Amino acid sequence: MTDHVVPRRDRFGAQDVLTEAVRGLPGRPGRLLLAVLTVTLGVGSLVATLGFAQTGAHQVAARFDAFASTRLVAAPAKNIQDDHDLAVMPWDSDERALRLNGVVAAGLICELDSKTMVIKAVPLNDPEAIPLAPPAVVAVTPGLFSVVDASLVEGTFINAFHQENAELVAVLGANAATTLGITRVDNQPAIFINNFSLTVIGILDTASYHPELQDAVIIPLSSARNWFGLGTAGQLDLDISLGAGDLVASQLPTMLNPNDPSGYAITKPVAASVIRSQLSGDVDALFLGFGLIALVIGSLTTAAITSLAVMERRGEIGLRRALGATRGQIGAQFLTETGIIGLLGGLLGAAGGVLVVVGVCAANSWTPILDVRITVAATLLGLVAGTTAGVLPAIKAARTEPATTLQAGT
Amino acid sequence: MSSAPPVAQLRHVVRVFAGTPPVLAVNDVSLRVEAGDYLAIMGVSGSGKSTLLNLLGLLDRPTSGSYELGGVDSTTLGERQRCQLRGTMLGFVFQSFHLLPDRTVLENVLLGMAYSGVERSMRMRRAQQALAQVSMTHRAGFHPTTLSGGERQRVAIARALAARPKILLADEPTGNLDQNTSDEIMDVIGELRDHGLTLVVVTHDQQVAARADRIVAMRDGRIDTEGVFAPVLDVHHD
Repeated sequence: MTDHVVPRRDRFGAQDVLTEAVRGLPGRPGRLLLAVLTVTLGVGSLVATLGFAQTGAHQVAARFDAFASTRLVAAPAKNIQDDHDLAVMPWDSDERALRLNGVVAAGLICELDSKTMVIKAVPLNDPEAIPLAPPAVVAVTPGLFSVVDASLVEGTFINAFHQENAELVAVLGANAATTLGITRVDNQPAIFINNFSLTVIGILDTASYHPELQDAVIIPLSSARNWFGLGTAGQLDLDISLGAGDLVASQLPTMLNPNDPSGYAITKPVAASVIRSQLSGDVDALFLGFGLIALVIGSLTTAAITSLAVMERRGEIGLRRALGATRGQIGAQFLTETGIIGLLGGLLGAAGGVLVVVGVCAANSWTPILDVRITVAATLLGLVAGTTAGVLPAIKAARTEPATTLQAGT
Repeated sequence: MSSAPPVAQLRHVVRVFAGTPPVLAVNDVSLRVEAGDYLAIMGVSGSGKSTLLNLLGLLDRPTSGSYELGGVDSTTLGERQRCQLRGTMLGFVFQSFHLLPDRTVLENVLLGMAYSGVERSMRMRRAQQALAQVSMTHRAGFHPTTLSGGERQRVAIARALAARPKILLADEPTGNLDQNTSDEIMDVIGELRDHGLTLVVVTHDQQVAARADRIVAMRDGRIDTEGVFAPVLDVHHD
């Protein structure tokens, strides 16, 4: 028979499949455009959503960066073995720090053990009252409010007078005020901690970097030391000039204890890179889901369009089979065609997604952030989506019987 | 009957299409096609002539019986081998031409060799020779949509010839053509026979069939009459 072996170079190989697929696509430009468009929209939305997610995360992280670059925290270093403090923060740490060049503001902060404290807004015990979790009690020096850019709903901050005289006053975090039922301070309300009456002088609105203050009763550090037995000064927070971080960090331990400066740990309060990656990861996962849904819809549409194409091209399929094409060669051609559609859609979608991200960022004066690997991956994803979409139509085409399809015209 | 081995031979071939009830399209047909034969298959619609051509063209498998093509029992072959046999041994001409409208005439003819294993370096020369054979060289760069019906069928014949098949199977090759054009196309096909090509033509046109050396008349899936033109005509005039 025909059992002669056709040399590989003369067989209908991968290159021929590719050539026939490329030649076959422009024959129906409207359908090609529609199929490419669906994949383009899927990939484009994927790239754009990821771009917005990354850009948004960067915007948030950038704010943390700006904040963190002017903040330092000093605290006693810990013994690695028993976790004990290696040094003690002097009670006047904030005043010492302010003597250093580059320190704009300084404040001590220390949380008291409120588990053993009784905190309430009225002196009477109401046996029918619903027990509430007591707010935390935090002791600060006046400078801390400046360090954390705190603002008030009303009233005033703890000031030097309160600190010097160990006054029994308190500033309430907004949530703590709600818990204690205090909504105004002009009538000088009192709260009770261990039967000590403290006058509420202010309600805190915001405190960046120490958001836990929203839930706390804030009292002067000296008051905590005098009346509530505070034994240590906690940690020192510093607001420093931009670029002064290294200098202050190197000088501060000596200023705190010239005899043993090694007992202190100086750190930046916020690890912006960690926040960025965490934030980006959370947002990415959310938007990735939306993008993938769009891509799946695009793939299904491509599959539907290609299935229609198989029906329309039954005559051509029959002809190719009559000319000697195997089922595999027919299937490969259709699969390649949808793969090319997917690749085109992927390329256009990635480019379009980048343009959308850049355009929106330009309009909002943001810095567009988009990992270049996403655009490459999205393009390849388009190829995969297109090829996957072609599997069923390709099988359908390969199974088409030439004897019946040749009745149709091409 | 010649003593030389036939180029194609059907033995007791049956083709039943599944359904309710099943359709017996070809019923115990035995047919011998010699090299250089010019055979016409005639019959009314539903007589089984197109099914017989599909079986001869390896486009369909018989339900039972055997079919030897080029000395090979095709009923024992796998799909891939059948495709190879079809691509190398057989050429097809269809009533509706089956030209790809987005390809030029030359590209359509080249497509005829894509699956048949013709050496790549030979393809362009063979395509041009085939076009010359059907007097269509001057239309090589045209698209089929710009050609007349007769010209399209010439291109389809050139596409079949380019792969140098042993048998040319033509299914109603003049079915879409007027009388003058039909005569021209049959002249072209007749010339191929003169060059030694084996021809099998399915037609209901008696004038087309009259050009064949041998005519097989189908009725109800069986070969009703086999012979030269005149007796067959009588049969169909019953």
